[in-house]
Amino acid sequence: MAGGALRIAAVAIGLAALPAIAHAHLVVTGMGPIYDGIDHFGLSPEDSIPVVALALFAGLRGPATARLLLAALPLAWLAGGMIAFSGAAAPAIGLSVATAVAFVVLGGLLAANAPLPPVVSVAAAAALGLVRGFADLSGTPFSGGHLLTLAGMGASVFVVFALAASLTLPLKRFWMIVAVRVGGSWLAALGLLLAGWVWRYGARAF
Amino acid sequence: MTRAPLPVALRCAIAALVLGFLLLPGAAQAHIVKGEAIGFVSGFLHPVSGLDHIIAMVAVGMWGAQLGRPAIWVLPLTFPLVMAFGGFLGLIGVPLPGAEIGIALSGVVLGAAVLSQFRAPLWLVATIVGIFGLFHGHAHGAEMPPGHNPLLYSAGFVLATGLLHLCGIVIGLLHRWRWGGYVIRAGGGAVMAGGLIFLWQAVT
Repeated sequence: MAGGALRIAAVAIGLAALPAIAHAHLVVTGMGPIYDGIDHFGLSPEDSIPVVALALFAGLRGPATARLLLAALPLAWLAGGMIAFSGAAAPAIGLSVATAVAFVVLGGLLAANAPLPPVVSVAAAAALGLVRGFADLSGTPFSGGHLLTLAGMGASVFVVFALAASLTLPLKRFWMIVAVRVGGSWLAALGLLLAGWVWRYGARAF
Repeated sequence: MTRAPLPVALRCAIAALVLGFLLLPGAAQAHIVKGEAIGFVSGFLHPVSGLDHIIAMVAVGMWGAQLGRPAIWVLPLTFPLVMAFGGFLGLIGVPLPGAEIGIALSGVVLGAAVLSQFRAPLWLVATIVGIFGLFHGHAHGAEMPPGHNPLLYSAGFVLATGLLHLCGIVIGLLHRWRWGGYVIRAGGGAVMAGGLIFLWQAVT
């Protein structure tokens, strides 16, 4: 009996002493490239805030405009990422300025509830998608994994845009629309402050 | 049904506990490094850290609520933009002489407007509020420190400013009741008095 217990204890100690990595935790395995793309979008306010703003604006402009932008924005984001894979580079200061401009323009459009023609709205969405997609993957070499990361970003943009636009599409009450427009003015204000930061601190502003 | 009073010893213990908490040293300063734009929280706390700013922001909301449509929503829509433009000017180093006096005057003028229920054309109201917004924004922009995340810092800053307006609007909605009108006007008087104190401090 005592010999059996000793054997079991020896096996248990031997197993415990095996030098092996568990691979059970994300710190070892990572999230995987698709989730990396989703995380990147969700954790980057310079990406997610303009997308939400554009979606709220598209919802206020009606379902036809919202559908067009729902297709245009993720496609442009993917195109921007693909351009970044080609090795093209942009100065960091340029991307910082583009971020500030995006906040001011999109916030201003939302605050004014500007009756833009659909073509102009699509052009604005395409510009935002190209710039942000490029900025996200600038300096990243092309690989299958990075392509999946870009796909994760594109999917996030699509889903977040659709959800945010669906918030303002059914709005009819005056006060609710005003609340959204006030949010737009806050966003434009944020963009103005960002422009000041860039002016003062250059590319290292953010 | 009457409740039995708490024992004297228990009441003394509660009072001692409350006094003890009041005497605790309040400045924990455990996380946010002073003077740096760490992120959202430090940006959010910036506008609410100065009483001169708070009373003016709240007064704008109260005045807008007194004036009704469209001022009640035009002022919160335009003020953050003008203030942010002032912040932009401050950040890029454009001087604005007399900013402290302008900020103090904003309390005096906006408080007086609320106290007197001053009614004016929308363009005039927007101009008055806009000019004062420029002074407030410039002061904030000139003071903004370098930090780790200006985007989140600025987002917190703008959100806090907007919420101060909202507080003013909510307070201003009391004017629907007769007694509420008096309360708001008294609040305007308090803002004006605060503005006068800040004006005195600015010029001496």
